[in-house]
Amino acid sequence: MKSVKIENVSKQFGQVHGVKDLNLDIKAGEFFTFLGPSGCGKTTTLRMIAGFYYPSEGKIHFDDRDVTLLQPNRRNIGMVFQNYALFPHMTVDENIAFGLQVRKLPKSEIKQKVDRIRGLVHLTQYGSRKINELSGGQQQRVALARALVIEPDILLLDEPLSNLDAKLREETRIEIKRIQSELGVTTIYVTHDQMEAMAMSDRIMVMENGYVKQIGTPQEIYNRPVNRFVADFIGETNLIEATIESIVDDVISAKTINGIVFTGQKHNSSPALSHMIGDIVFISIRPESINQGTGDNTLTGKISFVEFTGVSVNYIVDFVDFLLKVMIINTYGQLKSIGEDITLNIANESLYFLGE
Amino acid sequence: MEKPPVNSYQENAWTRLTQSKWFVYVLISPLFLVLFAYVVFPFYQTFVQSFSGDDALYNYKKFFNLASPANLEALWTSIYISVISVITCAVVGVTMAFLLERYDFPGRRILTILVLVPMALPPLVGVLSFTFLYGESGIFPRAIQHLFGLDQVPFSLKGIWGVVVVHTFTMYTYFYLTASAAIKGLDPSLEEAATSLGAGRIRVWTKVILPMLTPSIIAAALLVFMVSMASYTAPLMFGVERTMTMQIYLSRTNGNLEMAATQSMILSFVSISFLIIMRWYQNRRNYQNLSKGVSVHRSEVSSKWMKIVATVASFISTLILILPILVLILISFSVDGAWKTQILPTDYTLDHYIALFTDERTWRPIWNSIQMGVVATFGNIIFGVAAAYAMVRLNFKGKTLLDILIMVPWALPGTVVAVNLIAAFSTENIFAFNQVLIGTFWILPLAYFIRHLPLIFRSTSASLVQLDQSIEEASRSLGASWWYTFRRIVIPLTFTGILAGTLLALVQSLGEFVASILIYSTSTIPLSVAIFQKLYAFKFGTACAYGVLQICLILIVLIISEKLSKGSAGSAI
Repeated sequence: MKSVKIENVSKQFGQVHGVKDLNLDIKAGEFFTFLGPSGCGKTTTLRMIAGFYYPSEGKIHFDDRDVTLLQPNRRNIGMVFQNYALFPHMTVDENIAFGLQVRKLPKSEIKQKVDRIRGLVHLTQYGSRKINELSGGQQQRVALARALVIEPDILLLDEPLSNLDAKLREETRIEIKRIQSELGVTTIYVTHDQMEAMAMSDRIMVMENGYVKQIGTPQEIYNRPVNRFVADFIGETNLIEATIESIVDDVISAKTINGIVFTGQKHNSSPALSHMIGDIVFISIRPESINQGTGDNTLTGKISFVEFTGVSVNYIVDFVDFLLKVMIINTYGQLKSIGEDITLNIANESLYFLGE
Repeated sequence: MEKPPVNSYQENAWTRLTQSKWFVYVLISPLFLVLFAYVVFPFYQTFVQSFSGDDALYNYKKFFNLASPANLEALWTSIYISVISVITCAVVGVTMAFLLERYDFPGRRILTILVLVPMALPPLVGVLSFTFLYGESGIFPRAIQHLFGLDQVPFSLKGIWGVVVVHTFTMYTYFYLTASAAIKGLDPSLEEAATSLGAGRIRVWTKVILPMLTPSIIAAALLVFMVSMASYTAPLMFGVERTMTMQIYLSRTNGNLEMAATQSMILSFVSISFLIIMRWYQNRRNYQNLSKGVSVHRSEVSSKWMKIVATVASFISTLILILPILVLILISFSVDGAWKTQILPTDYTLDHYIALFTDERTWRPIWNSIQMGVVATFGNIIFGVAAAYAMVRLNFKGKTLLDILIMVPWALPGTVVAVNLIAAFSTENIFAFNQVLIGTFWILPLAYFIRHLPLIFRSTSASLVQLDQSIEEASRSLGASWWYTFRRIVIPLTFTGILAGTLLALVQSLGEFVASILIYSTSTIPLSVAIFQKLYAFKFGTACAYGVLQICLILIVLIISEKLSKGSAGSAI
């Protein structure tokens, strides 16, 4: 269990920059996630930590040790690959034992460790199976066992769930989290799935285009995004452009082009926002924070789309200069239909103000 | 974990070096050095030699001199033979591919296997059996002469047409293989679509099927042209002296090395041009067959008359394909010197086979060839695997150059390779560790190494491309060093590819004749040259016994490769 410190790391691929000026502290034992769309630099960062890429600039430390240019085989990391990368010419046990054999452990100890870890990932019966005789979920667990059995200082997971079907994905997600907290190993998890990231992580780093956009706990990132990219990427939201009209104490009012006025709380705004009257702001409103009926910020619009999902009713409501995605928990009432008017309200504290 | 400061400083310097982006060039430099020493340098020496003399262009002027047109005639004959060979091979190969892939008739299954027999015949042995069968004193012409009581044989294979027939027999497989692969990938629904749109049979053929096959047919045509231009054995055996390869051989045996060099340069120019055209065409051609696993429907031959015709035709084809091997086996049991004017040999014996294993003078060439072939193949394995790994896994400038340098020796006629080696290694030089290689044991292994450079390289890179890089990374992340990973992960997973290439290279080395005949040393005569010598000493039995042995070796290799390719398909994820 070690901490990871990344200082001013950049990675160039020819003319293209993969990661730019990255600074990051991952605490020992933490479950840390790199989140972002494909090509954002999350896998590049992971591979630099693993040692498959060397940074063009900057330093990487495990605890106090500088590992920037250390070869991957000398870092004591465990890595689970997106496609599992199991050795197809070996059995399950041979795969798991590989790292222990490299470390020249005595045979009896290898057997004992392999048996123990095989139990941990619920593959007790499968030791002598060939890899191609396993299902996708089982292969996934072999990959995890193989990475964990060497008792790595850091566990790296590169989109490990992306090749599983939806149901297995959720099961495995819980399983990984269980094993991780049982062993307490520092874990770095790469994914483009924000649900996965929210559910598993202690902290998340959101990346885009090689830059860090925000680092924080799942709640911080969801409730208090620092910019439009994070607000839009994490969960669903409505981003409405408006101009600041007045600020009185903690109360802030902003008006859209067509004159709809929203009132919210000043402390619910991103740190980068300058709060000058006349400034353009973007108001982030989560679909689930919108209620039917009157209250704070009451407004009436025309329904242009209705979707019933069981748990909720989703509407898209047209307010001429913007559309509002609305999610209302199913209360077994009558659905409204397209073309009808609907009256909605949004609590003042549910508004979140963002800058450019 | 903590290391003494001095150590860690050294480790740092080493780490810096290995992590530098120039380090890859340190790794690949041995590959380029080998290619430079044994491909580029000999070629350059020939180039220099072709321009030697008071008048640098003397030999070239002589070559293109219209007053004594022997050389131009040879160039023309070579091209002429090659063009005819391409046409005949195309007709036979594509027809066979269509009949076997699209129709069902009695004898189809056996034909599908036998159609590849020509690949199992080493060039010299193939020509040999053809002369026994259809040559001037061959079995067939004589049989007909006896049957009808003629004064002379009614027909016989000789001259240019003899060469073309042998070429057709040995090279149609290039067309057959590419065409049948293309036909297998051809989606039958395309034909059905065309038919449903109202196209008749002829229109479907000319507008749909043939255009789809064109890329593979052109690729095969280029290949056959190249191989025909390089062909040496057939012209030698049928006495066609006016071909490029024969002219080089004659210049060399007459001691006119400058002229041999000039002729080699001109032939190399043709071969390398074709290599370049071929590669350009292969890169350009688009693979249209996107639908995989299409079930090809075979039309059954239904009418009674067609059935009889098909049966007779497939019987004759089977006979033609299998006779060369049968006749070799037959003659290998015949008593040397006893077969003169009879249709078939009259006296039989097991002596030749016994001699193969007991008589020192008889098995010596076999043992020579095995030794030289193993040495050459060992070199090929090391070079081929390293080059393939560099090509697939490393990132460096000069990949195309590496690829071309490996392919060039394969495109060069064996005769030219031999002339290049003579030019380079008749004198002491650094690449031969200051030795004269010509006349020693080492020159033939070197020739085999160069001629078979791409075989292991290609088979290994094909397996490496399929091996996901993350598997190697997984091993590294588990603490394995690069070398440990290479041994325990890369080698086992590419083993079938390496082995397939190795067996092929070994078999080719054991049968190599074209370069051997020009540069063998009398103390280490290879098998193929021994066959040739026995032939000229009228020891047909011994020659054929050697030939049968070679065919057996090739068959073993083919069977093992077949098994391997099936086994690997099963274990691949």
